[in-house]
Amino acid sequence: MQLSRSARIALRVAAGLGFAVIYVPLALVLVNSFNPDRSASWPPPGLTFHWWSVAWENEGARAALWVSVKAGLGATAIALILGTLIAFAVARHRFFGRDAISFVVVLPIALPGIVTGIALNSAFSTVLEPLGVGLGLFTVIVGHATFCIVVVFNNVVARLRRTSGSYEEAAMDLGADTFRAFVDITFPLVRSALLAGGLLAFALSFDEIVVTTFTAGPGVETLPIWIFNNMTRPQQAPVVNVVAAVLVLLSVVPIYVAQRLSADTATESRI
Amino acid sequence: MTTTAQTAGRSPVRRLAGTLHRHPRLRLSLLLTAPLLWLAVLYLGSLTVLFVSAFWTTDSFTSEVVKVWSTDNFHALFTTPVFRQVILRSIGVALAVTVLCAVIAFPVAFYTARIAKPRWRPLLVVAILTPLWASYLVKVYAWRLILSQGGLADWMLKPFGMSGPGFGLFAAVIALTYLWLPYMILPIHTALEQLPANLLDASADLGGRPGRTFRSVVLPMVLPSVAAGSVFTFSLSLGDYITVQIVGGKTQLIGNLVYSNIELNLPMAAALGTVPVVVIVLYLLAMRRTGALSSL
Repeated sequence: MQLSRSARIALRVAAGLGFAVIYVPLALVLVNSFNPDRSASWPPPGLTFHWWSVAWENEGARAALWVSVKAGLGATAIALILGTLIAFAVARHRFFGRDAISFVVVLPIALPGIVTGIALNSAFSTVLEPLGVGLGLFTVIVGHATFCIVVVFNNVVARLRRTSGSYEEAAMDLGADTFRAFVDITFPLVRSALLAGGLLAFALSFDEIVVTTFTAGPGVETLPIWIFNNMTRPQQAPVVNVVAAVLVLLSVVPIYVAQRLSADTATESRI
Repeated sequence: MTTTAQTAGRSPVRRLAGTLHRHPRLRLSLLLTAPLLWLAVLYLGSLTVLFVSAFWTTDSFTSEVVKVWSTDNFHALFTTPVFRQVILRSIGVALAVTVLCAVIAFPVAFYTARIAKPRWRPLLVVAILTPLWASYLVKVYAWRLILSQGGLADWMLKPFGMSGPGFGLFAAVIALTYLWLPYMILPIHTALEQLPANLLDASADLGGRPGRTFRSVVLPMVLPSVAAGSVFTFSLSLGDYITVQIVGGKTQLIGNLVYSNIELNLPMAAALGTVPVVVIVLYLLAMRRTGALSSL
């Protein structure tokens, strides 16, 4: 389309404004972590590293980070296993109810988090609590894994659809059995999709707050819950500022790794 | 004789591999047992119990759930003015966020897909994607900083003798638009990038000015992607309650009502929870007509 010069300029300006809208808030969070003042008023009266060292020593934030990492690793492990199993079933077999399964996998992330949250909450409290298993880290992991399965599934199934089964058949013609063909042929083919899926699952779990609210017991506090609980406390503001800034900086990591892993998985969004 | 020797010489692992290879049904059931137990029993089971419990009631004295079938909750949903208001407000917020996202996303996507130099385009896509990875809470927190008293918004508007909008419904709409914007930019970018250049040339050859080409060629071809993006922006906004709690002031959306009813009246919370689900399903059905779902 041959756009006029002024239309091009207008679009450039609009896009520039758009990118500014996207990045100014994130930049503000970074700058604010150096704000010596406890209030969020702009412009900050000066810059200091003091709160970064204070935040580093903060027991609550550290404990919450650790809980988040444990929950994320647990949920990712379960999601990797279950998501891969479904992906292989859907991509390599024809069976009744195949489309229904692809739908059910997406459901936990398609429905509002609060619906998933109260559903799991009431199920846990009616089924698990009589058995003596209260809400805690375990139930958080179960809840997170449920909506993390879809990202592993999506990545692995996309890869399997692109690689036909003929490689495995060739390996078997050459004498490899099912397991040998999997270890030597199939697994290397899907490895980077698994890594990308696992990374997405971990990030999704790490960021989740709604389902966590409903599946965590009283003493279990993940990092998002910690931030949410401390966000409105003026006393904690500087530490929250630093934690938020760290999370903004860390968000570059998964995108970098995903880009390195493979170009195709990186452009598929986080869903 | 040779067959027995061969069988005896095989390791159990190899025998198992052979069995699996010969029985695809067995292979399939081994693949599906664990995931189906998880998703169908644990997840769909919980959802079913939740939706069934929407037809139960709560004893107003003891707050105990009374498991007697009744449609009282749904009746209350439609007759209580507060509930009606909140439901309509939530749908309005979700639509407003969707429209705002589409309006902001289009020029950005048009620039990244068509105007920017081709070698810059992958980098620009990464620039759109990166904020997706920044924590949800941190992004809302950023807007809390901007809109708080004496914050960036106040500071920018001060020279004009105005002050920022503060916390409230407007702030919630802004924050939600910010949160889901990348979900709208990406599908539009992809659609615009895949738009064949010769169609645009053909339109120009036939005498179409850019405006006409845009309306008659570009827009119809990109609309399914806008619809696809709107599925995310709409449903994510409809279910949200955290953002509203952080920057919404006293504003309430469906999610907040569900949240505040959970402790006291779980059946009512369940009934309220069906509202966004039903609305989203209706929205999905409406969007399916545009062909949006196949491009999700």
